[in-house]
This record gives sequence, structure tokens and C-alpha cells, in this order.
Amino acid sequence: MTALVIRGGHLIDPAAGVDALKDILLKDGRVAEIAGPGKLKGANGAEVLDANGLTVAPGLVDMHVHLREPGQGYKETIASGTAAAAAGGFTAVAAMPNTTPVNDSPETTRWMQSPERGAVVRVFPIAAATRGSKGETINDYAALKAAGAIAVSDDGLPILKDNVMREVLAAAARAGLTVIQHAEDTRLTRTANWSASMNAGPTAFTLGLRGMSNEAESAIVERDIRLVTELRESRAHLHVAHISTAAALNAVRQARRSGLRVTCEVTPHHFLLTDEHVGLYNTNAKMCPPLRSAADRDALIAALLDGVVDAIATDHAPHAVHEKEVEFERAPNGVIGLETAFGLALRWLHAEWKLPLGRVLSLMSAQPAALLGMKGRGTLTVGSFADVVVFDPKAEWTYDAHKGKSKARNTPFDGWTMPGKIRWTISEGRIAYSAPE
Amino acid sequence: MSPTAAPTRRTLHTPPVAASPFPYNPGSLLSVQHLSLDAISRILARATALENQDPLERTRILAKRRVALLFYESSTRTRTSFELAAKSLGADTALVSSLSSSIEKGESLKDTGLTLRALGAEAIILRHNSSGAAWLLEEATRLPVLNAGDGMHAHPTQALLDLRTILAHLRPGTVAVTAETLAGVTVSITGDIVHSRVARSNMLLLPRLGARVVLCGPPALLPELAAQAGPGITVERDFEAALSQSQVVMMLRIQAERLAGLQLDLEEYKAGYQLTGQRLAALAPKAIVLHPGPIIRGLEITAGVADGPQSAILEQVTNGVAIRMAVVERALTATEQGGRA
Repeated sequence: MTALVIRGGHLIDPAAGVDALKDILLKDGRVAEIAGPGKLKGANGAEVLDANGLTVAPGLVDMHVHLREPGQGYKETIASGTAAAAAGGFTAVAAMPNTTPVNDSPETTRWMQSPERGAVVRVFPIAAATRGSKGETINDYAALKAAGAIAVSDDGLPILKDNVMREVLAAAARAGLTVIQHAEDTRLTRTANWSASMNAGPTAFTLGLRGMSNEAESAIVERDIRLVTELRESRAHLHVAHISTAAALNAVRQARRSGLRVTCEVTPHHFLLTDEHVGLYNTNAKMCPPLRSAADRDALIAALLDGVVDAIATDHAPHAVHEKEVEFERAPNGVIGLETAFGLALRWLHAEWKLPLGRVLSLMSAQPAALLGMKGRGTLTVGSFADVVVFDPKAEWTYDAHKGKSKARNTPFDGWTMPGKIRWTISEGRIAYSAPE
Repeated sequence: MSPTAAPTRRTLHTPPVAASPFPYNPGSLLSVQHLSLDAISRILARATALENQDPLERTRILAKRRVALLFYESSTRTRTSFELAAKSLGADTALVSSLSSSIEKGESLKDTGLTLRALGAEAIILRHNSSGAAWLLEEATRLPVLNAGDGMHAHPTQALLDLRTILAHLRPGTVAVTAETLAGVTVSITGDIVHSRVARSNMLLLPRLGARVVLCGPPALLPELAAQAGPGITVERDFEAALSQSQVVMMLRIQAERLAGLQLDLEEYKAGYQLTGQRLAALAPKAIVLHPGPIIRGLEITAGVADGPQSAILEQVTNGVAIRMAVVERALTATEQGGRA
């Protein structure tokens, strides 16, 4: 493998406390040397990337994506999904198990990581917590971890039964895995005849749509925190996926104060948009959890600013065009987000709401990497993985979903302008994305 | 609702909601909110003019133009009156219903709409069980789409025909409507509000003309937040209190097909909310009684009231044909400026 030098860039590595002009030598997939401008010792013969005027940071980590393989390659493939990740500055993604079949086996976990999948950035499978994600029978976490699973989750479906969830938390703690819960009390949001399709509130009433209440989320978060409290001795780790309500955030905040291992992530669409952005039945604003009220959205922003939120994750959920061109209630949940998350975070969290750039980067790299125990990622020190993003913090660009790398274009952010144009994304020393000249 | 929400940070600048691109076609009638008071006045005026026109002469207005009726739900009044309206303007109509078409084979609404357009349909009248379906169809076909009821959401021609009925009784001779036309008028709407597109369209239309709308029903059928749907709307749980304020009493059917697991004690419901002759005589002896149909005699309304002198239920049906002639004509003659060609 050839060596790469990133020369003249401004390195921001919050985990290492670096914020300065640095040259970086990448060799054999690792960071080999970091030195002041022009001071690298071992750079002879290396390919040079000129990062003058650009910012260099640890590659971004998205702990919540849907890559749709195995089984739903018409929506996205591991190759196309990781290409989208690279275009968005991500060098590691954690892939949810709601595939066909559900990833509840070491075989599928290994299959997803096989070089034949054509991934251009590192894929960490999240295995199903229960057999078939049916919420009944617990999988063999030690075997899944040995095959490469980085966490367990039945994402898309919650684990409703108290005794099953307690056992999942305890077994995952024994295996050293995080449990990621999609917090939705589906007894309140779905029946045999209908599923609620947006946030409960005046907008849903006016649109004649059935609503998902905040309680459907917070009740599960509160129940899970009770279980983690009971399992305090086992150091069980609960991670709340795509948290969307003030009530659930408050529960997480209190759990943290009492020393429990409870973490949470927020998506860009939840911290930017409200249920009013559903407009007149825009299926690209339909996801689960749904876009919430302005009060909830504001609470998410506050929690990002005050540090209760551990990570920004996209919940990248690709769907084929025809699947979203249907009646709102029949449209599948989810939006894509890998190619816009970083630009939106810079535009709004950093530029508008004044979260320091280092904190934004940390929420999108060091923190999720640490939370899932990805060793040697989320920071750029000698010996760590050569996972790097190089971007222009000022250059504005406009997102055109039709030109994206994802197979899908179900996004509410088509046509949005944002800063932070990605120049290069380097995954374990290989250039995974290079902006067109 | 987020009772435990953190204090809101109203000073934050956040991404704005994009302006709606709807309606794409100036002839479409998707919801009453798209209509200005001027446009409503024009529709009311055309309804009267068309109703009074010589039937043979009228058939020349849209002679041999093609209008499709696309019905995903059963309907008596709406379907028949749209069909009669289009035919009395001379248009050819074709009816497609979900039970005897390729919809049964899984064809999407978009493909069905594009097929109708390719068959020469110049406008589509859509009744659908899913809220928002008319918007999807309009975006896909860009044809004039007339919303004949979408799920629990909207039924704009029903609200317009209700308005015509109300005006005939309370403001006879009205030529053009204004924001004060119905000042001082209280319209109560009682029954299964949460599942009712008729209620939503009326509560969003009538206050724009100055009316007060009082919604009445038990919490299971009428959430408190219904009052936030727009200005001029209040919620009253006591039916007799609602009746005593009303010049217009609109009753709704319990929509068993949309209750979906909701348990409702019908005897209790009748005791609380049935419109009986006794209640009407005692509390609203001069009010007109409206009902969009289908009525379930003996449940929300007694036979005596439905057939009684205060009932305007059949007038509503008749007004439906006139209103629908006006909106079908508008669909095929509207210009970008929103006027008639």
C-alpha cells in the first residue's frame, strides 16, 4: 500500500486536543507520523495531498445506518451506501440488522464485512438483539461479537417485553456489547388496521393523519432505564437511538446523573425539522420516530449544546423512489442522510447555534467511536487507523440528491445549501472519496 | 404535546418551512384553504347560474370533455352528484372504482392517474381512503384534481355545499362572501370529529366568513387539540350547551370503518349526543339541521328530526349538484390567474 501525506492542512482532533497546522503521514492503513508543516521525517516517496486552506479531522463515524444488504439491494447496497458515507466524510458506519434476512447470525455478520461487498469505508454490523428481531429469543452475543458485531439492536422494532429486554441488557453486558433501542411503544402507535404516520399534535389533526405520541417514545426509554438501574452491577450499556422528545431526553439526563451507562444519539432531521415540515404529505419527511413539535426540536438542540447527547447519527434509511411515491400513510419510514449530515451540522449547529467546531467533530467521530468501542478510530494519533476527512470549512455547496452516491434520494434536504465541502475521505489509508476537480 | 419539554429557545433561528407548491394546476380543488374568498364567491355564483341555465345550453359548456371519477371508497351522494354535474355540463365521464379495476391487482395511485391521463382524462375527481391522496395524484398527473374526500382529511365540495345551504337559510340573496358574511352565526358540529373530513373542511372554511364553529363530542371522538386547527374553533363537551348556541346544527355519523379498535358505548353516546326532537325544540328551535350523510337513523339523529321541518339534509344533496357543476367547470376552464377563461 502506498503512503499518503496530507500536507498543509489544519488538523482538528478534539480527542487528542490538537488544533493546529500539521502534516500527516499515513502508511499501511495507519497514522505513521504527525508533524508541523514541512517537518515530516518519513514522507519520502509518498503521494501528497495538498490540504492548504483545508481542515483535516478524524474520519466521521455514523453509528446508525441502514445499508439494506443482504436482501434489499434495490434500495441500497453496501457498496453504494458506503460510497455515500465516504462522500459525506464518514469512514466508519454501523449498519442496522433489519435486512432480509435479519442479521441475527455470525454468517450474515461476516457476509456483510466480506471484501466482496465492495465497501469503501469500514462497516461495523450491528446484530439483531433477538432472533429475527421478533423480541422473543435472545441471540448468541459472544458468537456475534466474535464475527464482528459491534452492538445489538432490533432497530425499527422495540423490544417490548420487560423480561426479554432485561435479559438482552444482561447478556449484552456479559458480552461487552451495547444495546441500542428503537424506543417506540408500538402498542400505542400501530394496530392491525393502521399505523400512526407522524407526530401527534395539531398538524397531524389538521392533516387527518394518526399521530405518534411523545409518550410512545419516552415510556420505553423510562422502562429501559429502570431495567438498567436494576442491572447496575452488570454495567449494562443502553443506547437510545434517534431520540426525539424532550421527555425522553430528560429521562436520559437523569439516568446519567445517577451514574448509569445510558447514552443517546440525535439525527440531523430531528434537530433541524419539525412536524410542520411534513407540509402537504411530503413522504420524504416521514420517518420513525417522526419529526416532532418545535418544543421538542428545541430541546434536542439544547441537549446537543449542553452535552447530554453523545452522538449525531443519520439513521440513513434508503428507499426506492417508487416506494416513497405513494399515499403518505403507506410510505415506508426513513430518509437518507449520509451525504448531508456533516454540512448540516456545520451550517446549523456550528455556524448558527455556535457549537464549537471541535464539539461538532467530536459528536460525529470521537464520541460515537468511543461509545461503540471502535479502537483506534475517532482520533488521529500515531498508530491509530488512517481514517481521515479533509474538508473546506467555508466553501458552500448545494446538495442535489439526484447526483448523490446513494442509490436512494429520499431526503428532505434536497437543494439545501451548506458549508463544509468534503475534499477527501480516507479510509484506512485508501482514498475512499475525492471531490471532483 | 410535550408537557415536559425544556423551556423553548424562541431566539434560535431554525430552518423555515418551505412554501407549498400546491396546487400545481389552477383548476384543482384540493382543500378549502386553497380558495380565496373571491374564488369561493365565484364558485357560489356559478353554481347558481348553472343551476338556472337551460339544460341543453348547459351541455355545451364542457361538451365531450373527459372527466374521470376515481373512487377508492364507496359513495352514493358524492359520486352521483359529481357524475350528474359533469354530465349536465356535457362532459363524458368514466368511473373507475377500486373494486373493479387494476387497483385490485396492485396498481399504484400514481400509475392509475397516469393511465387515466393517457386515456384522455382532462380532470380527475378522486375519492380515497388515505389522507393526502389528492395531493399525490395532482403532483403525479398535474391534471386538475377535485378532491372528493381524502381519508380523514378534507372534503372541500361538501364544505362548499354546506356553505351554500347555510347562506340560503341565514343570508339569502348573498352575492359575494366576505370575512363578515357569517358574523354572529354559530355552527355546531357534533359527533365523530376526529375521523371526519367533513368536519375538518367546515371548521377551516366557515370561520373565514365570520362564523364560530363549536365542535362537540366525547374525548374519544374529539381531541382537545382540534380547537387549535384554526381560528374561530372551540370545543364543547356538553351537547345541549352546544345546541343552545347554534343557528346551524351539523350532525356527523360515527365512522365505524375508521374506529379501529376504539371501544364506544353506543347507548351512552346516544344519551349524550343524539339529536332528538325534544332537544332540538328545547334548545335550538330555529336552527337548521345539516348532515353530510349517510345518516344512521336512530343513532346520531332521530328519524323525526331527519324528516322534520328544520332538516335541510336533502337540500344539501341538491346543492351538491350545483356546487359540483361549478367546480367541474372551474377545473376545465381555470387559467393561471385563477379566474375563468
